[in-house]
Formats: sequence, structure tokens, C-alpha cells
Amino acid sequence: MNVNVALKEDVRPEARTIASEAGPAPKRIVVGYGFWIFLLSDIVMFAALFAAYAVLAHATAGGPGGAQLFNQVSVAIETGCLLASSYTCGLMSLAVGSQRRFRTYAAAVVTFALGAAFLTLELREFAGMIAVGATPQRSAFLSAFFTLVGCHGLHVTVGLIWLAVMMLQIAVKGFRATVERRLLCFSLFWHALDIIWVWLFTVVYLMGVHS
Amino acid sequence: MTETRYDRAPGDGFAPANVEEEPGSGVLIYTIGLLLAVILTAISFWVANTSLLWAPGVSLGLTALAIAQMGIHLVFFLHVTTGPDNTNNVMALAFGVLIVVLVVAGSLLIMADLNESMMPAELMNLHMQH
Repeated sequence: MNVNVALKEDVRPEARTIASEAGPAPKRIVVGYGFWIFLLSDIVMFAALFAAYAVLAHATAGGPGGAQLFNQVSVAIETGCLLASSYTCGLMSLAVGSQRRFRTYAAAVVTFALGAAFLTLELREFAGMIAVGATPQRSAFLSAFFTLVGCHGLHVTVGLIWLAVMMLQIAVKGFRATVERRLLCFSLFWHALDIIWVWLFTVVYLMGVHS
Repeated sequence: MTETRYDRAPGDGFAPANVEEEPGSGVLIYTIGLLLAVILTAISFWVANTSLLWAPGVSLGLTALAIAQMGIHLVFFLHVTTGPDNTNNVMALAFGVLIVVLVVAGSLLIMADLNESMMPAELMNLHMQH
């Protein structure tokens, strides 16, 4: 096996066929690319929500604004949770690549725990806001805020369910090609959610507190 | 033996998927990405809270930091590179970024322009009375 790999590595680049002449690509590449297109369309949807939020950010209708409502410490902890879970998700895809079962489970458990911690903090923040009367019905600003941040939270929830299902699939089916492709899609999804959160904490929380 | 050279799936590591990477090199890449992202996040929070910087420039600075961090995530976590096997992924990403910029910048521009040319409130009230 290793000898084979070494032989493949020794082939000079000019001896290789270029991609357009190579025929159909392996399924892993086709699936990954398709999911990449889906993620980009998802990001375009988030762009529309971001645009709505940015337009309505000052339409508070006399209600509370971002500076009164947002707690930066909680946002910083949420950011840390999501960033660390993105890192452990990367470690998980490395463990999947080398088919190490225990490392995969360990990384997945940490990823799940950090994602769940993020979600708990976010729901607590929402509950706190609703308790002081800052509900989505209060102003256009709050409608846009709950739609944008809630949509991201919903994506994280779906990601957590997906991760749990994938761990069950590894337990039942093992490291099959289908399961590995699904895990590739999951890690793409999870990293993309982190990129959206970068824009969320910048545009919603930091700019909201600053202005 | 001729070896076919395929494009790389988005999210796959720096070595092709079927070639065993040196143990540790993948971890190193993710760790560098994590460190850079943490540093940029810390700078973002500092920029938003400090009074040392010129206040009107803070939003622009935060945007620049977010773009930088997005780049870090794309390169170190999603493994999007400029290599020839990544052209399809980069082209799709570029199209996505184009649409995002059009939607966000276009909406902000149009709404700011509308607000600008809106009839002032007191004139509007007069108008309604007739």
C-alpha cells in the first residue's frame, strides 16, 4: 500500500493528464463540489438577511437599541466556543481521513459540546432580551436581529443533529465511502457557519455596541 | 504509468485525499488557523471598545478585520487554495462573493438614497392635511 502511494507521488506533474481530459471526477470531489455550491447559496441567503439588518439597524421605533441589549462578554464566549468547535471539527476530519475511530469520536464529542454551549448561551441571551420586552414584535431592528441571529442559531442546531447522526452512522456502518463523504460535507457546513458567525459578531454585536 | 490529475474537493486537505499526509502536518495547519483567528477576533473586540482610535473609522476597521478572518477560515479550515486543482472551488466562491456584495452594497446604497430623498416629516404632515 505504502509502496503504491510512493509510486504515485513520484509521477512528475507533466506526465499527468489535466483535469478536463481525465473523464468524470471521483464521487468524493463531485459531492464536495455540489455541497460547496449549496453552502454558497446559503451564504447568499444570509447576505439578504444581513442587508435587511443593516438597513433596519437604526429603526428601533423608540425601543431598546443594540448598545443597551448586547452583552459583549457573552458574545466573546460564544465566539470562542464556535471557533474552538470549528478547530475540533478540523481535527475530526483528520481523524476520519486516517480512519481512527476513537479520535473521531473524541473530536466529535468536543465539537458537539462546544456547539451546544454556544447554542445555550445564545438562547439565554434571547430569553433575557424577551424578558425585558425586546421581542421581535417591538421594532423593525429587533425583527431583523432575531431573524438573522436566529437563522444562524437554527443552522447550528441542524449541524448538531447532523453530527449526532453521523456518529451513529460511524458506529453502525463504519468508515464507508458514503459515510466519509457525508462527514466531508458536515465539516464544510460547520466551517461555513463559523465564517457567518465572524460577520455576525462584527456587524451585529461589535458595530451595534460601538455606534 | 500515467496518473490522472483531478480537481480537489472543497474541504480536503493540502495533500490529495487518498495520499497519507505526514502525521501532524494537518494538525499544524488547523492550529495556525485557530491562532490567527483568535488573534484577529481579539483585535476586533479591542477595536470596538477602545477610545484610542478615530471613532468614524472603527466600522471600516472592523469590516477589514472580518474580511481578513474570513480569509483565514477559508485557507486554513476550508483549504481553499490558488492551486490549479482548486480552480472550480475558487470560481464558485468568487461568484458567491460577487452576489453577496451586490445584495448587501446594493441594498444599503438604495435604502440610503431613498432615505435621503424622502420628504421631511413636517412637510409630509402638511401634505397629508390637504
